[in-house]
Amino acid sequence: MSELLVVEDLQKYFPVTRGLVFQKEIAQVKAVDGVSFTVEAGETLGVVGESGCGKSTMARCVARLLEPTGGKIIFDGRDITHLGRTQMRPIRRDMMMVFQDPYASLNARKRVGEIVAEPLDVHGIGTDKDRKRRVQELLEIVGLNPEHYNRFPHEFSGGQRQRIGIARALAINPKLIICDEPVSALDVSVQAQILNLLKDLQRDFDLTYIFIAHDLNVVRHVSDRVMVMYLGKPVETGSKQELYAEPKHPYSGALLSAVPIADPTLGRARKQIVLTGDVPSPINPPAACRFHPRCPRFVDGKCNVDEPELTPVAGSSDHSYACHFPLERWPMDEDEIRRRPSLAASVD
Amino acid sequence: MTQYLIRRIFWAFFLFVVATMITYVIFFVVPADPATLAAGKATKPEIVAHIRRELHLNLPIYQQYWLFVWNLVRHGSFGYSFVNGLPVRTMLGQEIPVTASIVVGGVVMYLAIAIPTGVISALRPRSILDRSGMIFVLVGISAPSVWIGLILIYLVGFRLGWTPIGDYCNLKPTHAIGVCSGPGQWAYHLLLPWITLAVGSAALYTRLIRANVMETMSEDYVRTARAKGASPSRVLVQHVLRNSMLQVVTILGMDLGLLLGGVVFIEIVFGMPGLGAQLVQAAPRFDLPVIVGIVLFATLSVITFNFLVDVLYAWLDPRIRLA
Amino acid sequence: MALLEVQDLHTRFRTDDGVVKAVSGVSFELDRGKTLGVVGESGSGKSVTFLTVMGLVDRKIAEVEGSVRYDGEELLRASSSRLQKIRGRRIGMIFQDPMTSLNPVKKIGWQLEEAVRLHNDVSRDEARRRAIQALQEVEIPRAETRVDDYPHQFSGGMRQRVMIAMALINQPEVIIADEPTTALDVTTQAQILRLMKKLQDDHGAAIVMITHDLGVVAELADDVLVMYGGRVVEEAKVDDLFAAPQMPYTWGLLGSLPRLEQVATRLEQIPGQPPSLLHPPRGCAFNPRCAYVFDKCRAELPGLDPAPDKADHRYRCHLDDAERERIWAAKKAALTGVEGSAA
Ligand SMILES: Nc1ncnc2c1ncn2[C@@H]1O[C@H](COP(=O)(O)OP(=O)(O)OP(=O)(O)O)[C@@H](O)[C@H]1O
Ligand SMILES: Nc1ncnc2c1ncn2[C@@H]1O[C@H](COP(=O)(O)OP(=O)(O)OP(=O)(O)O)[C@@H](O)[C@H]1O
Ligand code: SF4
Ligand SMILES: [Mg+2]
Ligand SMILES: [Mg+2]
Repeated sequence: MSELLVVEDLQKYFPVTRGLVFQKEIAQVKAVDGVSFTVEAGETLGVVGESGCGKSTMARCVARLLEPTGGKIIFDGRDITHLGRTQMRPIRRDMMMVFQDPYASLNARKRVGEIVAEPLDVHGIGTDKDRKRRVQELLEIVGLNPEHYNRFPHEFSGGQRQRIGIARALAINPKLIICDEPVSALDVSVQAQILNLLKDLQRDFDLTYIFIAHDLNVVRHVSDRVMVMYLGKPVETGSKQELYAEPKHPYSGALLSAVPIADPTLGRARKQIVLTGDVPSPINPPAACRFHPRCPRFVDGKCNVDEPELTPVAGSSDHSYACHFPLERWPMDEDEIRRRPSLAASVD
Repeated sequence: MTQYLIRRIFWAFFLFVVATMITYVIFFVVPADPATLAAGKATKPEIVAHIRRELHLNLPIYQQYWLFVWNLVRHGSFGYSFVNGLPVRTMLGQEIPVTASIVVGGVVMYLAIAIPTGVISALRPRSILDRSGMIFVLVGISAPSVWIGLILIYLVGFRLGWTPIGDYCNLKPTHAIGVCSGPGQWAYHLLLPWITLAVGSAALYTRLIRANVMETMSEDYVRTARAKGASPSRVLVQHVLRNSMLQVVTILGMDLGLLLGGVVFIEIVFGMPGLGAQLVQAAPRFDLPVIVGIVLFATLSVITFNFLVDVLYAWLDPRIRLA
Repeated sequence: MALLEVQDLHTRFRTDDGVVKAVSGVSFELDRGKTLGVVGESGSGKSVTFLTVMGLVDRKIAEVEGSVRYDGEELLRASSSRLQKIRGRRIGMIFQDPMTSLNPVKKIGWQLEEAVRLHNDVSRDEARRRAIQALQEVEIPRAETRVDDYPHQFSGGMRQRVMIAMALINQPEVIIADEPTTALDVTTQAQILRLMKKLQDDHGAAIVMITHDLGVVAELADDVLVMYGGRVVEEAKVDDLFAAPQMPYTWGLLGSLPRLEQVATRLEQIPGQPPSLLHPPRGCAFNPRCAYVFDKCRAELPGLDPAPDKADHRYRCHLDDAERERIWAAKKAALTGVEGSAA
């Protein structure tokens, strides 16, 4: 396998300004602050994290809908970090996005046919007749009736609209599709339809996905590798099997154990870690390890002083975590996680 | 709060400069000679030239402007009318109470009509009251206020003879013979102008308030209040009214400018000696100091009013505490 | 006698497009100290059912029929002043969206005090004291100062805690929670669910937990109602429902759920869309999406009948027992990840 996308130390800061006439920058929202990952061709990288941790911002930077503040994005062997509009044009053909809100992301005044044909128009591909044929083919692929060609988005349900969005993303055979919470707004039964569709398409068209979601079950279902984010930084990445079976970062652990289990017997038996407090603001993120104010393993003088680096797990090819006191086994309950073995050894 | 105040003051200053400067520029661009006009029929060239010097009209426009600003800042003077030589400040001093009476009374009147009608028709949608309210709204919105004014003068003032048709009486009682004054006479004479001014706005605000109250009634927190066991009247008073007034207050702030425009017509129709009537007299005579004075006062009142609206809004909505 | 008994409840909305049959014949009972989970997809009538129970649907646009008995008293025909005495005092309610469910222009403390003073003749100070205590109970740090904050100064999770505090402040016997965690992050959801469990243990209130998340139901509920198209389609003890669901829609729901603990490579999907409540399908409401549909399903509404061996497990489906058992056995094998049978 080859690397399709390499992201190194990506940063995106939004200025917080005040003043009407003279805008003064009074702070920065560090929405994405040092994210690195690679995506191999043909795989799915799942990205999980709570609201506001910078998932969408990261995706928009990668798709170059936003200008990164720092870092490097290499797509298909080419550095696209600071390419201009015209230089990005040919690259956009290979990189498409599917958005969360199936109601807001489609232009309400355009017909379905026009919406799906949009990328073909933009890149001037094919004659009108070719395009129409292609659009009907795409509608068929995503499970819509080709006769829906002349309908408007409001005539469709949420799930069907998401299919339209997917058809549009597929239109010019992209290599990478970035899905930003594509099923979060859908009911479970419809969500299953869309997840299955995405999987089928990946198999049939050799697609590579970055799949963003806040539902760990969904991410596990679709991904090969997973990246867990907290306040603009990745705290753990790894193959799906390793990360879900043996999370190393306390936050990943808490996240995993917080998911309600749809089985009363398993649910009662499981060990759970419930965090206290809320996710802090990315305007003044906590120093050093950003998770330290909520972390059950927090050690004063270490976690709030030293920033933990992404550290590979011994004996694993691509499982790494950013924590001074990684979990030594899984599952754990709250008391167990608070007991840190080798504590004295770790604080120098 | 200080941040906010500084911004406001800065903004007020900016508006002041822009408004007065624009007036000067327009005046300069329009090809007219107030000196000739002021000299009247007997226009000997020397007299005109003298008047021109007297009024500083011989100076370039930027110097005239500078002179105006200097006098204003240094002496608090708006200058003297080109036409009758009276201090503009004195003139304004007489006219402002008239205009203010019309505007304030009109606003009070239309709010007094619109708030209850709007709220009641929102609470009882499709009831008879709601429907008749909506008919009133349609009429009020589609009929121009000048037309309503004229109709009122004819019907109420002339045919029925219930109210005076024009003239302004001072609010403060005086005992001079032949001069009407005192609150009773004041209000009596202003009744028709107020109604004329209020009809259109009352209709608009009724509709606005109705829509806002209905929207607020469907908010989640109103449902929460009902789920707590609050009675319908308590829900209305404690949870709906304040929230539904937020937008009304914003619109009110934006409306003042428009209202001042409407006042001009009303003053003419009802023969009220206010700022608007004065403006209409001064404009064709190119009486620049008077025009600038009025513009300045209008700007100032809009600024003040917006400030009050902001304060009111911040009091109503804690999310917008003046930052 | 159960604390809350709902019999054959119907709620129909008159709209410009026609009559929306939002709730059609829902019945259930809720006992003291128990938790009833109510699951179903968007638009299945979950919220409307309980808004009707609370007397919160607008009778000017909705037609309501049936019976809602609270502690033996009929609520559907109770006067509005009587209902006001019950709402917030005997039955508390928590809503889905913590961002919009609190009045933005009133202080948190004011809103809690209002709930106290509406039902208790106490002084301002006493109401405030109780408000602070309620905030402490839902684990809001620095409750004494936070009472004077406005809702926008609280995060989503904290606002939902405030909602819970408000619903609990008069120690009601029933708490109806309408998707209390749907708008929250998972870790916050875990906090809130744990808090609700704890408060139930402390106060012994009965809880109705409305959700579309089967996981939440599995964690919290004693009994479960599965709703579809305005009707209850299956009703059981929570263990029975997950161990042996009896009808195709419930199978579909369980199958379409990606789960942490199981490894099906492909999700089972329910084709199509939820039914229109304006023109509901004839017969079984699920028949247009059901893989096992046959003629009878299109003609006749299946009754909510008990399973042969369990009187408290009831469901609507025309399939005969043997057939149902066979299908569920196959599905269960696929679900629990016996690889190969999954695809
Ligand atoms: N254009 C912007 N200007 C300022 N701040 C922004 C902007 N866009 C996003 N942010 C902030 O950046 C942070 C990350 O936002 P982002 O939308 O990437 O989060 P997310 O992980 O996608 O969350 P969600 O799950 O809610 O979609 C948030 O705190 C957000 O408020
Ligand atoms: N005021 C109303 N007028 C008309 N129809 C309504 C009204 N309120 C609800 N409905 C309809 O009743 C049906 C049931 O709605 P309900 O809110 O109970 O669904 P729900 O199961 O709670 O769904 P969700 O998970 O989206 O909250 C929906 O089809 C809805 O459109
Ligand atoms: S009754 Fe028929 S249509 Fe309904 S769920 Fe059972 S098999 Fe499917
Ligand atoms: Mg996002
Ligand atoms: Mg609902």
